[in-house]
Amino acid sequence: MAEKKAVLTGVHFMSGDIACAEGAIAAGCRFFAGYPITPATEIAEHIAARMPKVGGIYIQMEDEIASIAAVIGASYAGLKAMTATSGPGFSLMQENIGLAVMTEAPCVIVDVMRGGPSTGQPTLPGQQDVMQAKWGSHGDYEIIALSPSSVQEMFDLTVEAFNLAEMYRVPTLLMADEVVAHMWEKVVIPPAEEIKIVNRKKPNAPPGNYAPFMPDDDLVPPMACFGEGYRFHATGLTHDEHGYPRTQDSDVQMRLVKRLCDKIRKNADKIVRVEEVMIDDAEVVVVAYGIVARAALSAVKKAREQGIKAGLVRLITLWPFPEKHVARAAEKTKAIIVPEMNCGQMVREVERAAKTTPAYHLPKLGEEPHTPLEILEAIRRHS
Amino acid sequence: MMEAVEHPLLKYLRAAMIPHIWCSGCGNGIILNAFVHALDELQIDLNKLVVVSGIGCIGRAAGYINADSFHTTHGRPIAFATGVKLAKPELEVVVISGDGDLFAIGGNHFIHAARRNIGIKVICANNFNYGMTGGQVGPTTPLEALTTTTPYGNIEHPFNLVHLAAASGATYVARWTTLHVRMLTASIKKLLQRKGFSFIEVVSPCPEIYGRHNKMRTGLEMMEWFREASVIANFSDPAKAEITPEKIVVGEFVDIEKPTYEQLLYEKMAKLMKEESE
Ligand SMILES: Cc1ncc(C[n+]2csc(CCOP(=O)(O)OP(=O)(O)O)c2C)c(N)n1
Ligand code: SF4
Ligand SMILES: [Mg+2]
Repeated sequence: MAEKKAVLTGVHFMSGDIACAEGAIAAGCRFFAGYPITPATEIAEHIAARMPKVGGIYIQMEDEIASIAAVIGASYAGLKAMTATSGPGFSLMQENIGLAVMTEAPCVIVDVMRGGPSTGQPTLPGQQDVMQAKWGSHGDYEIIALSPSSVQEMFDLTVEAFNLAEMYRVPTLLMADEVVAHMWEKVVIPPAEEIKIVNRKKPNAPPGNYAPFMPDDDLVPPMACFGEGYRFHATGLTHDEHGYPRTQDSDVQMRLVKRLCDKIRKNADKIVRVEEVMIDDAEVVVVAYGIVARAALSAVKKAREQGIKAGLVRLITLWPFPEKHVARAAEKTKAIIVPEMNCGQMVREVERAAKTTPAYHLPKLGEEPHTPLEILEAIRRHS
Repeated sequence: MMEAVEHPLLKYLRAAMIPHIWCSGCGNGIILNAFVHALDELQIDLNKLVVVSGIGCIGRAAGYINADSFHTTHGRPIAFATGVKLAKPELEVVVISGDGDLFAIGGNHFIHAARRNIGIKVICANNFNYGMTGGQVGPTTPLEALTTTTPYGNIEHPFNLVHLAAASGATYVARWTTLHVRMLTASIKKLLQRKGFSFIEVVSPCPEIYGRHNKMRTGLEMMEWFREASVIANFSDPAKAEITPEKIVVGEFVDIEKPTYEQLLYEKMAKLMKEESE
C-alpha cells in the first residue's frame, strides 16, 4: 500500500511528465537524480518541487552518467530511486545501466523519447530508443521496459515500474515519448490503500551468514542495504554469490549471467502485459505501443465499422517482449501491421514471434505520430 | 603451545578477498594500512562505514575493507557515493580511487561534488599513471615522463590535484606520500572527522610500471625519490604545490568549514515538511 500523505488521491488534469513524477512519489520513490533535457525536464522540475515535502531527495547532477550512478548509490542505501532523461542522456547512462543490472540495483529510468539520432528533434516524439532499451549496455542481460500510451499510464506504469524493479532487482525502464509526456489529460489517482506497492525482499539471514547474491527460488537474491550491519561487497566485476570478484572462473560467469537473464525470462509470463482488442476473429492485427497505439485503436475501430476484421495488440511491456501474445495473435491472422515512430525496430521482434504471418512496418519519422487514417489505410491495404 | 593471536587490525579487512592483487613494492598497501589504522584509532563503527572505489589497481581497496563496499564503474565512485551520502547522511562514505579514475574519466564528478560540498571523503592514490591497464599516461603524469603511450616523453601538463581540490571548494585538502605514513594516518583521521567534502592525495609508488619506465625499478627507489623531493609546507598556497621531479610539496593545504549539501538539504526538507503538516 502506498504512503498516504504522498499520494494526491483524486481526479486531476495533468501532463504526462507530471503524472510520471506523481506516480514515482506514490510508488515510494524518495530519491531523484537527473540532468535537464527536453522532453523529460518537467519530471525533474515537478519532483524538485514535490520531493522535499514528502521527505525525499532531488539532486541535479552534473550529467546523466552521474545521475544514474547516484541513483544506484541511493538504491543501495535503501531508497527507491529514479532518473529521467531523453535520448542523448539515455545514451550516456548505458554503461551504468549495465552496472545496475550486474549489481541488481532496483531503480527506474524514464526515457522520454524524442527524434534521434544525436541531438535530433528535441521537441518531437520518437520511438527510436526501444532497441537501445534492450541492448544499449554491453554484455548479455535482460531488462524490463514499459510503454505508456496515456497520461494515466504515465502515472500507473511508473508505479508498476518501481514494483517490478523492486521485485526483480533490475533497472526498469519507462519508455515514454514526447507526446504522452507533454500532453495534458485526465488522471485518476486512487486512494493510497488501493495502490499496490512492492518492496525489495530483505534478507532473513543474520549478517554473518548473508551472501548478497545468493538467489531464492525466484532467482532474485534478498537485498541488504548499506548501514544495516551486513557489511557486504558489490562489484560490477563478475562475482560469486558472496559478491567477491571471480573474473577468471567460467562457471561463475555462466551461473551469474544466466541467472541475471533467467530471472526475467523465466518470470516473463508474470511480467508481460498487453492490451488485446478484437483479435479473436481479426484478419489484420495492428501491433503498436506508446502514443501510436492510440491512433491504432481508432483505426481498428474505424476498420470494423467498414466491415474489415481488424484487431489490436498493444504492447504495454516492450521488454521482455510479449512473444506469446504476438505469436497467438499471428496464428489466427493474415497480416500484422506495425506502426512505429522509427525506421523499423520492434517490428523485428514481431516478425520473429509471428513466424510465417507477414508483418508490415509502417514507419513515421520527424513529425507528429501516425494519424488513425494512415493506419486505417494500411489495414485496408493488407485486409 | 603458543596460542594463535589474531592481528588486531584483521577485523578491518575482508579476509576472504585476500591475497590482494597488488605488486610487491606497490604503495597501495601502505595507503590501506594507514586507512585501517585511522579507522582503529578513531574506533569507527564498521557498520556505519561505506567504502566506494572506481576501477584501477587502487580501486580494489573497497573490496579489502570489511565494511559495506561498492566497486563502481571507472570514474563514477564519487557520483555513486553522492547517492549513498544523500540517502543516508549518517553513514561515513569514503571514496578510495586512482588518479585516472578520479581526475580523467571522473574529473567532472570530483569538481562538482567538491563545489556542492557533499560530505564524502576522497582518498586518491596518485601513482602518476594508469597502473591497471599497464601504465599509460594519465592526468597527473609529469611532463617528459615515459609511459606506454608517451614513449617519447609526456607533453601534457599534469593537474596539481591539491590546487584543483581547493579551487573546487573542498573543505579539507592534504597531500602526503606513502613515505609519510604517520602524517598520512593523522591526516586520514582528520578527513574522517571533517563534515564537508575532504580530499587527500597520496603520492604512491607504482614501481612495477611507472617506476620501471622512469628509472625507478623498485618501490624503494621510488620512495627514495619521495624522500629527496618532499618538502612539508603546511597551509602553503596549493597553487604553488605543483609536483616536479625536484619538489613534492606535502602537508595540509585547506581546513575550513562551510555548510554541507546534505545539511542544507535536510534542513530545507524539515522546514517544508513542517509547513506541509501545519
Ligand atoms: C569506461 C572505461 N574505460 C576504460 C577502462 C579501462 N581502465 C581500467 S582501470 C583504468 C585506469 C586506472 O587508472 P587509475 O585510476 O590511475 O588507477 P591505478 O590502476 O593507477 O591504481 C582504465 C583506463 C574501464 N574499465 N572503463
Ligand atoms: S601496477 Fe603499479 S599500481 Fe598497480 S599494483 Fe602494480 S605497482 Fe601497484
Ligand atoms: Mg593511477
